[in-house]
Amino acid sequence: MSTLTPSTSPTLPDTKAATPGGRKPRKGADPERAGWRWATLAWVLTLLFFAPVGWMVLTSLHREVDAATNPPSLFAPVSLDNYLAVFDRGAGVYLLNSLMASVISTVLVLALAVPAAYALSIRPIEKWTDAMFFFLSTKFLPPIAALLPIYLIVKQVGMLDNIYTLVILYTAMNMPIAVWMMQSFLAEIPKEVLEAAQVDGAGFLRTMWSIVTPMISPGLAATALICFIFSWNEFMFAVNLTATVSATAPVFLVGFISSQGLFLAKLCAAATLVSLPVLIAGFAAQDKLVRGLSLGAVK
Amino acid sequence: MTSTLDREVEPTPDQPPAPPARQLSSRERWTRRGPLMPALIFTIVVTQLPFLLTIAISTLNWNVLRPGDKNFLGMGNFESFAGLGNYATVFTDSRLRDAVINTIVLTVSVVVVSMLLGLLLAVLLDRKFPGRGVARTLLIAPFLVMPVASALIWKHALYNPDYGLFNGVLNWVWQLFGAEEGPVIDYVSGTPMIAVVAALVWQWTPFMMLILLAGLQSQPTDVLEAARLDRASGMQIFRFITLPHLRRYIELSTLLGSIYVLQTFDAIFTITQGGPGSATTNLPYEIYLTMFRKYEYGEAAAAGVVVVIGTIIVATFALRTISSLFTEEHSR
Repeated sequence: MSTLTPSTSPTLPDTKAATPGGRKPRKGADPERAGWRWATLAWVLTLLFFAPVGWMVLTSLHREVDAATNPPSLFAPVSLDNYLAVFDRGAGVYLLNSLMASVISTVLVLALAVPAAYALSIRPIEKWTDAMFFFLSTKFLPPIAALLPIYLIVKQVGMLDNIYTLVILYTAMNMPIAVWMMQSFLAEIPKEVLEAAQVDGAGFLRTMWSIVTPMISPGLAATALICFIFSWNEFMFAVNLTATVSATAPVFLVGFISSQGLFLAKLCAAATLVSLPVLIAGFAAQDKLVRGLSLGAVK
Repeated sequence: MTSTLDREVEPTPDQPPAPPARQLSSRERWTRRGPLMPALIFTIVVTQLPFLLTIAISTLNWNVLRPGDKNFLGMGNFESFAGLGNYATVFTDSRLRDAVINTIVLTVSVVVVSMLLGLLLAVLLDRKFPGRGVARTLLIAPFLVMPVASALIWKHALYNPDYGLFNGVLNWVWQLFGAEEGPVIDYVSGTPMIAVVAALVWQWTPFMMLILLAGLQSQPTDVLEAARLDRASGMQIFRFITLPHLRRYIELSTLLGSIYVLQTFDAIFTITQGGPGSATTNLPYEIYLTMFRKYEYGEAAAAGVVVVIGTIIVATFALRTISSLFTEEHSR
């Protein structure tokens, strides 16, 4: 004991002295000031990242002449005229097509994915992980490689420029996300709750309706919103498989450019308009967004 | 009554021990499979069948402008069987080779830059600061804006040499320092690849940030607490505790990001149309051109198969990462 003490003691006073003196062991590590520095950096980067979105919205409110100035005129008068002009150009029909394709495909994907997720979690089939990874692997197939046969089949059965073609494709596109998300939500239901319901004599449908549904409804809503986002934003199939009747919002947006003269403010209004539903859906689902984006791998 | 019940519950000594509960009767197995079937069959029909057809078409000499006399499943006439000829074209044609190189350059630079930016933002957002929730919400916005819309905004509202925001800000700064006029830079024609990459980095950084932030927030707090008590510096904690913990999240975001960015079509279609020349033509866009501009169905299908194989290579690693996160989740 006495032989050990001399070798260790020189370091001890240092630590002892630093502890009661407060939390300033190193120069420049003042937590208060460091905190502000980090916060400022975080906010500067956030605003830089948000700037293009902010600029899009601001320009959409300006007149065309103010939108095309250099240097930019930040404080030009604002109005909603551009949005009216966008609707005058027939945006309504395209938005309605997008809404139909997204909502119907979301309902369909949930109708298929929820029972599937049940068979992969609560009463799992054998080798249920294999089935999970099969669904996941379909998400990794590049859609462009399937475009040609899909185009040929759709043409042969006379379903070009038909909104239900997009509905079917978007349902398949979102299936892995929906199955993985719903599986992860269903798997979180404690087994005891289901067993207790069974003991109390609740049948299958009653258990589903009054026990399972309330427990998974936040997850169901988040899954629906994420499927809606991906369907709404899809462009490649929409532009190649639709024409005049069932073209969706992104197709409208691309066609918007060919106009004459100044168009920037109206373009910004159209871009804001078509992005608005997804921005709202995304902000509403932001807590669950990461689970959807990582296909359920990250919670 | 009671005796039959008893016999079911307690095996008599001369009976073999009950089989493990895992083994299900064949009827039970099918009842369990039932709810899965509609989704499974739908997915197989809509996603797997087209790929089989793509493989079939890739072995044909089929150009719509030169129809032959052989019919392909009632979908059109092709000239002749090509065997692996289309694949030889894919690997020797200079346009397609350029497209392969462009795809790799685009994917790697977008994924690496957005991953690093996403990591920086995630680390910043992991600390508490005033308005953190609002900042996080604002940062997600670039990912939510419709990709076609953001491509158009970058092209016209930001990159435009005459009235775009970038040159506008340069002009404003130059005038602030007394210069007559700022530089006029034509981003899209001058540096097309960088222009596309920048727009895509902006779009994908929130994706990376969200996954990495989830990773940071899943760190066990007691370990960090212990490290702080041991007077480890912030840098040391990051290097020796946070980074190793984040490794799989970094892998996951990189791999998922690669798979998605590999498929980029909207941004190329909108910002550069693959040009100037073929400077920004990636494989998806080149396949699109081969299909709907040159009408070379066989070649387009062969290029499609090559993209699928490339994706499968990346996806194998992605699946392994997801699988390890997944099994860890279920062993807890």
